[in-house]
Amino acid sequence: MNAPVSPVRAEAGSTLVEPVLTVSGLTKSFGTAEVLRGLDFALAPGQSTALIGANGSGKSTLLRCLVRLVEPTSGRVRMLGQEVGALSPRALRRFRARVGIVWQKHNLVPRMSALSNVIHGAQARMAGPQVWGQALAPAPVRAEAMACLARVGLADRALARVDSLSGGQSQRVAIARMLMQRPEFILADEPDASLDPQTGQEVMELLLGLVRQDGLSLLVISHRLEHTLAFSDRILGLAQGRIALDQPTREASVPALRRFFDHEAAA
Amino acid sequence: MSESATLPAPPRFRHLGLTGYAGFLVVAALVVSSLAATAPAPDKLVNGLARLFAPSGLFTQMFPPDFSRIGPISWKLLETLQMAVAGCFLGLIFALPFAILATDRLSPHPVVRTAARAVIALFRTVPDLVWAIIFIIIVGLGPAAGVLAIMVDKIGFAGRFFAEAMEETDPGPQDALRAIGASRLGIIGSAVLPACLPSFTATSLFALEKSVRGSAALGLVGAGGIGVDLKVAFDLFNYDEAFAIILLMLALVVAVEQGSGWIRRKLI
Repeated sequence: MNAPVSPVRAEAGSTLVEPVLTVSGLTKSFGTAEVLRGLDFALAPGQSTALIGANGSGKSTLLRCLVRLVEPTSGRVRMLGQEVGALSPRALRRFRARVGIVWQKHNLVPRMSALSNVIHGAQARMAGPQVWGQALAPAPVRAEAMACLARVGLADRALARVDSLSGGQSQRVAIARMLMQRPEFILADEPDASLDPQTGQEVMELLLGLVRQDGLSLLVISHRLEHTLAFSDRILGLAQGRIALDQPTREASVPALRRFFDHEAAA
Repeated sequence: MSESATLPAPPRFRHLGLTGYAGFLVVAALVVSSLAATAPAPDKLVNGLARLFAPSGLFTQMFPPDFSRIGPISWKLLETLQMAVAGCFLGLIFALPFAILATDRLSPHPVVRTAARAVIALFRTVPDLVWAIIFIIIVGLGPAAGVLAIMVDKIGFAGRFFAEAMEETDPGPQDALRAIGASRLGIIGSAVLPACLPSFTATSLFALEKSVRGSAALGLVGAGGIGVDLKVAFDLFNYDEAFAIILLMLALVVAVEQGSGWIRRKLI
């Protein structure tokens, strides 16, 4: 379980690097339904990886298993140098603080301001009422949250209630909250799903910018073929709970990718 | 024509089935037997009402209301309001942790959750007059017993509604904060409580109204407040003074209800 991981070829054609994420024999069953059936892959740091697959192929379950929001049935996840399955509850909290998650539904706290929601991201490293909202936050925390909002282009909407923002603005606030966390790895679950094409593209550009400029690693579930091709370095395709495709994006063929997208396959 | 337009209209009622009819019969039998066993006979009711309005009847002797002791009665009324506010405040404060422990997603353990729900149910089930008698034994006659009785009653009342409000919140923001690595307290403070604030405010204001109404009655068993004066007025056949007390109590309750309604409209 805790055997040392030797460097692996994390991406076809790349130099040997220590993977930022290694998944070995990962399975997940819900009752008799086997959702993930022994996944094996490794990701190199500082890259954007698109995870694609038809509805029900296990993409979201895989993402949740990586940080144990869903407990895997068996297998091993090594992420950011830690054996995730072996972490105690306290250590798991500290580990999760290093992994930012962008959700499809944004999952912001309604009735609170954009600034307060971003300040919540500091709960990754701080405890107590000082990080429950803008009213109690110390000046440095508020300043950092404002910087995160400025990074996503929403500094002027800091005091607006999040339930008054558009879908794209809400997703940007969620990304700012994730930045406030100071993550080393980003997991994104269809971050552009509920957005119009233009806004979805802007959100994806923002996420890719974090990879290119800050050197963060990104694993993003993508449901749009054009975004998969434009915003990833590597593509993992899931089908029936197994990795059915693993190749650099530059080598991907569009016809081969179409079967991983419900709407593309149906077209 | 669209496809939906060709669909047949759904039936007005689903077929009840044997179990449904049996259930309906049981409920009907319960209602009929309850009415037969406990409802008053119409002739008795009519005769009784006539006695109330007879020259020597209770209602006749209540008019006109006697406000000659309005000073002492007003002080007692203020004490009643203070009992209600103090008891309600303490009850709401203690209701929150009980409600958190009783909520599925926030409780640390199923055993704790079951225990918290049992305590809330017990506090809600036992009438506040019984709690008042218990606290009179503990702290003696007077408003302190009334405050404690209102507090326990409100833990039961608000505890249940607080827990229901927290159960109904969107789990998404809580999951997001859990994924960040936030502590349980952090999730409650920054995601659950802000989302529940409108519901908590409404429940708290209803609890205050209920406390004011309840605190007037607590005096009947010696737990302080205006109820003591009301009981004494009835015991001494001073029905006109009793009516004055009832009118002042009514004014207090209506004022509190109007005030809380105004606050509710402003805040929610």
